[in-house]
Amino acid sequence: MKTYLLSALLVSGLLASPAQAKLRIFACEPEWGSLVHELAGDKVDVDVATSAMQDVHQIEAKPSLIAKIRRADLTVCSGAELEVGWLPQLVRQSGNQKVASGDGVFSAASQVTTLQKPAKLDRASGDVHPQGNPHIQMDPYRMLTVAKALTARLALLDPTNAAFYQQRLADFSARWSTATKKWEAKAAPLKGRNIVVQHDAWIYLTTWLGIKQVGALEPKPGVPPTSAHLASLVAITKSSNTLAIIRAAYQDPKASEWLSERTGVPAVALPFTVGGNPESKDLFGMFDSTIDILLGAAK
Amino acid sequence: MKKSLLALCVCIALANSATAATTVPQSQIEALEARIKALEANDEALRKQVAAASAALDATRAELEAMKGATAPELASTQAGAEPAAETAPEPESVAAPESANGNAFNPAISIILNGSYSDHSLDPDQYYRSGFPLVGEGVPSAQGFSLGESEISFAANIDEKFYGQLTLAIGVDGDNTELGVEEAFIDTTALPSGFTLRAGRFFSNIGYLNSHHTHTDKFFDRPLAYQAFVANQFGDTGVQLRWVAPTDLFVELGGELFRGQNYPGGTAVHGADVGTLFAHAGGDVGVENSWLAGLSMLKSNTDGSEDGFSGDSTLYLADATWKWAPEGNFKDGGVTVRSEYFMVDRDGLYTDPLDPLLDQPWTGTSRGVYVEGIYRINRTWETGYRYDHLWASDSGPYASDYNPVRHSVMLTWLNSEFSLLRLQYSHDQPNPTDVDNVLTLQYQVSLGAHGAHKF
Repeated sequence: MKTYLLSALLVSGLLASPAQAKLRIFACEPEWGSLVHELAGDKVDVDVATSAMQDVHQIEAKPSLIAKIRRADLTVCSGAELEVGWLPQLVRQSGNQKVASGDGVFSAASQVTTLQKPAKLDRASGDVHPQGNPHIQMDPYRMLTVAKALTARLALLDPTNAAFYQQRLADFSARWSTATKKWEAKAAPLKGRNIVVQHDAWIYLTTWLGIKQVGALEPKPGVPPTSAHLASLVAITKSSNTLAIIRAAYQDPKASEWLSERTGVPAVALPFTVGGNPESKDLFGMFDSTIDILLGAAK
Repeated sequence: MKKSLLALCVCIALANSATAATTVPQSQIEALEARIKALEANDEALRKQVAAASAALDATRAELEAMKGATAPELASTQAGAEPAAETAPEPESVAAPESANGNAFNPAISIILNGSYSDHSLDPDQYYRSGFPLVGEGVPSAQGFSLGESEISFAANIDEKFYGQLTLAIGVDGDNTELGVEEAFIDTTALPSGFTLRAGRFFSNIGYLNSHHTHTDKFFDRPLAYQAFVANQFGDTGVQLRWVAPTDLFVELGGELFRGQNYPGGTAVHGADVGTLFAHAGGDVGVENSWLAGLSMLKSNTDGSEDGFSGDSTLYLADATWKWAPEGNFKDGGVTVRSEYFMVDRDGLYTDPLDPLLDQPWTGTSRGVYVEGIYRINRTWETGYRYDHLWASDSGPYASDYNPVRHSVMLTWLNSEFSLLRLQYSHDQPNPTDVDNVLTLQYQVSLGAHGAHKF
């Protein structure tokens, strides 16, 4: 009986891995799922592991995610240890050798220069990322760099569609560059303005648009706001002619609304990723919406 | 059969690498071209960024100049803004540079668990006995007063492209003796195709839910009574495990293990392969906010004398179910976890009295146990829960009993970060018809070093 069972397992295992099926991609975050869609259209199947309403630092290694990783040919994730608390566990439990290492692993942060690499690694400084700030999706230039590298990877893993991916990239790059110029022109009034953030996740956006971060609700990355720290923020927020108090769509609004009430500075939720609000249907929508919300706060 | 199975696995692995090696060169050239293009583009983008960054830096400098002599808070805010701007000057060469060039770069991930507790028992732990269930191994009440419990050191790393290795040492203090135990020391394959993983060495069996989880991930200070009674807290031994994950939307995991049979419920390891297990787990999501995991497992043991004096065949059947709900699927910020595991053990053998081996008597019959626990995650820093334990003793054999032990436990946990917690637990334990043990425990538990990735 055991023999039959095991042979049945083996046979089904073999049948389940046909040589040339559609490339299956596991995207850790919605922005990468959206980028894959821009570059590969329906030539690939994409599973997106998390939603815009979830804190990607704190995902559980759920059975459904193991099942998704099990069938993936490629994982596309932010990297820089953003997913360190769950992705390695998923890969190990799935037994899928294709995404254990090598070409089946694509880390967006490894394709670009990251900012805020800590000079000193100490957990007393909060949830610091040794390889720098992983939230690179908020910079359109880095996004384009990642798109190019991702296209190369898709072409490597799926050579029959290489030309298709290249053509999609050319199309995306053209639209993206046009959009980037449009965003920069639109966001010109934001230059030099000050913001307070909830989590230290906006360095790429602020650097790109020339916005200054004057404070953070989390005293240290990943550490929940404390009342003493919030009290000290009130003064700095008031005195800095602050444009807005920024949080990501998934974050609890309580702390930022508290600060907003005491300072009169508007608290706004930015999409942070695709799906973070109804306007952020894709990467273009995400940037459109982000800039619109910031401009709305400036009025 | 088992040999041929392994051979088949190896063949498949070889076949896979062979096909990979014969990829059409033309496509590789195209891919390389694409990569070069991407690198060139990257370079260009970086140059742009350098230009943008130095412009930003200049602007900031100009502003700082302009603000010289400004009042203190304004200056502070400018510095806060200037800091990230200064960091925007990227170093293009660092993109390709290795992370570290020293000899420790390949050190395995090291994590350390420190743990300590203070327990107040209303019943002297030395006087504690459990009707129908002999106390075995670590499945005993915690010590009275201060206790270090077990400290754990774990090393883990990929060995090469085909193997992963992990070593977990547990250090315990028992009176004047310091005990160093090998909790786990195993290697995993990472290159078998089709979702197979082979594990060899010493490891915790994958039966049930809690058994494969290290105790520092538990939600309560101690293990459920059923784990204490049937597997002496946790069953681990030396052996092999083959595991397969199905390529389906539903998570399905099937596998089996063969163990030496040194540890309870095994004992003497007469043949050195005396305990076998089979397990099946399935799980999935219901919407975004609900996730579940359930399993059926069995463990067959043939022993010539285990810790409780049993010789013969015993079979443990185990059913486990876990349901988690969290708003938007953010499990760390709130939600409810409900879990239960049901144990049943059939014994067919002899009881040998440790004091007088001549007083053999038959030991057959069935004993059962269950626990149900509910955990309420209040927010990122607080968690509370309740657990109900119940055991049913066998009505025959040397430990036959009409009384069924029951225990209620409640806990409240404060989680300062992912790496440290304080837990307060109260248990009301009725292990036998006459005694009640009310236990109040305060525990701290911390983890140092590598960021752990925990199972569901």
